[in-house]
Amino acid sequence: MASLLIPTALRAFTDRKSEIEVAARTAGEAVAALAEAYPDIKQHLYEDGGALRSFINVFVGETNIKSLNGLDTPIDADATVVLVPAIAGGVR
Amino acid sequence: MIFPESVIPDERAESLTNDEISRYSRHLLLPEIGIGGQEKLKAAKVLIVGTGGLGAPLALYLAAAGVGTLGIVDFDFVEASNLQRQIIHSTRDIDRPKVASARDRIRGLNPGVKVVEYNTTLTSANALDIIRGYDIVADGTDNYQTRYLVNDACVLLGKPNVYGSIYQFEGQASVFYAKEGPCYRCLYPAPPPPGLVPSCAEGGVMGVLPGIIGTIQAAEVLKLIVGGAGSLIGRLLLFDAWNMKFRELKIDKEENCPVCGKHPTIHELIDYEQFCGLNPPAGETPVSTLTPLELKARIDAGDKLRIVDIREGHERAIAKFANSVAIPLGQIARRIDEFDPATDTVFLCKIGKRSIYAIRALEKAGYTGRMFNLQDGVNGWARDVDASLPQY
Repeated sequence: MASLLIPTALRAFTDRKSEIEVAARTAGEAVAALAEAYPDIKQHLYEDGGALRSFINVFVGETNIKSLNGLDTPIDADATVVLVPAIAGGVR
Repeated sequence: MIFPESVIPDERAESLTNDEISRYSRHLLLPEIGIGGQEKLKAAKVLIVGTGGLGAPLALYLAAAGVGTLGIVDFDFVEASNLQRQIIHSTRDIDRPKVASARDRIRGLNPGVKVVEYNTTLTSANALDIIRGYDIVADGTDNYQTRYLVNDACVLLGKPNVYGSIYQFEGQASVFYAKEGPCYRCLYPAPPPPGLVPSCAEGGVMGVLPGIIGTIQAAEVLKLIVGGAGSLIGRLLLFDAWNMKFRELKIDKEENCPVCGKHPTIHELIDYEQFCGLNPPAGETPVSTLTPLELKARIDAGDKLRIVDIREGHERAIAKFANSVAIPLGQIARRIDEFDPATDTVFLCKIGKRSIYAIRALEKAGYTGRMFNLQDGVNGWARDVDASLPQY
């Protein structure tokens, strides 16, 4: 099973879970598995048309899937997929 | 990547006095810094945007390290709730402008540092003029519109932008320097929709987290000035304080980046409020509100009302709102069947912001009943109606 790491900003929708195991062959399937497990998260991950929202990056290992094959990027069975959203805190 | 060149040309180096040689002795003993590096630190001008959680360690460590000129930008005033993490300010500074409080602390730490205060919000109108005079910008802001503004201004002016951001237990740090690598827009082409990621004021933050991320930013600033070090350019550092894990990711320059790509379409600063979706769309009806006193009057009059608290359980435990029903924001739309269109519903949260998103989510889901937002939330209720409740 691949591991999908969930950032703090999205843990409100995953019962505060920071990681789930997913059976997935591609990065896109891994993200879709998260949306299936926690339906409240779906609207935050995807645009209405089904594209991944652009404030969220998906990394397979150390590499952004934008530099690979996007959501079709194949992943190994023991891969670590990391969701990296824009966060903005700092001052107040 | 190794970034061999200092951003300060050799001819700008400023020689050190004997007192300065004593003060910076522990830097001078490092061959990587030495006299030459310290002379560049003395000549360097660094702008710190925000003197809050990230700006506090940034300003303190850069001042201690002998950066010659520190610009500090902040419009805000010190509040008691800042002091859990903003260690540049003290209890006696409450209600003072943050830039004044920070200036005094920097001067106490190192009188040799020139402090330039900007007691203002950074905007599209002033950003280029303010940033132009600096060698490096360190971004410690708390909102997306200023992050995109700082990024674009730095790209347009060719300045490195030392980035840090935090949320709850998690931090990110990088150096965005479009001449050498990606910019913030290469990584994040667009911000999240308003309301998805709550601010630290609503979502909370572990106090030491900005201390760690801001200190990483300070280290990156110092290395850009001294030169020859391995910089975070092209790398994103993720830090999870709860699980105590660091992770490093590669980030690439985007050919199609609208501000630093091959064919840029952004040549000047834009309206960042609009870009971040903060201006209400044309024709959108504002939500109906009740002030705390208006709600109190309706409750006292015995009006049939349903009060929905959209906060999470741990937050309701801080200040309970009597006779309310708890439905967390993330579940509102899917639980639309629990709402009765014939009954007026009042939504509340901590400060009356997230509750607006609850109303919008139900509107979008097709709910037709009357909905009201409790203005200023539970904090407003505690302020105006029930002084026994804490404000948090």
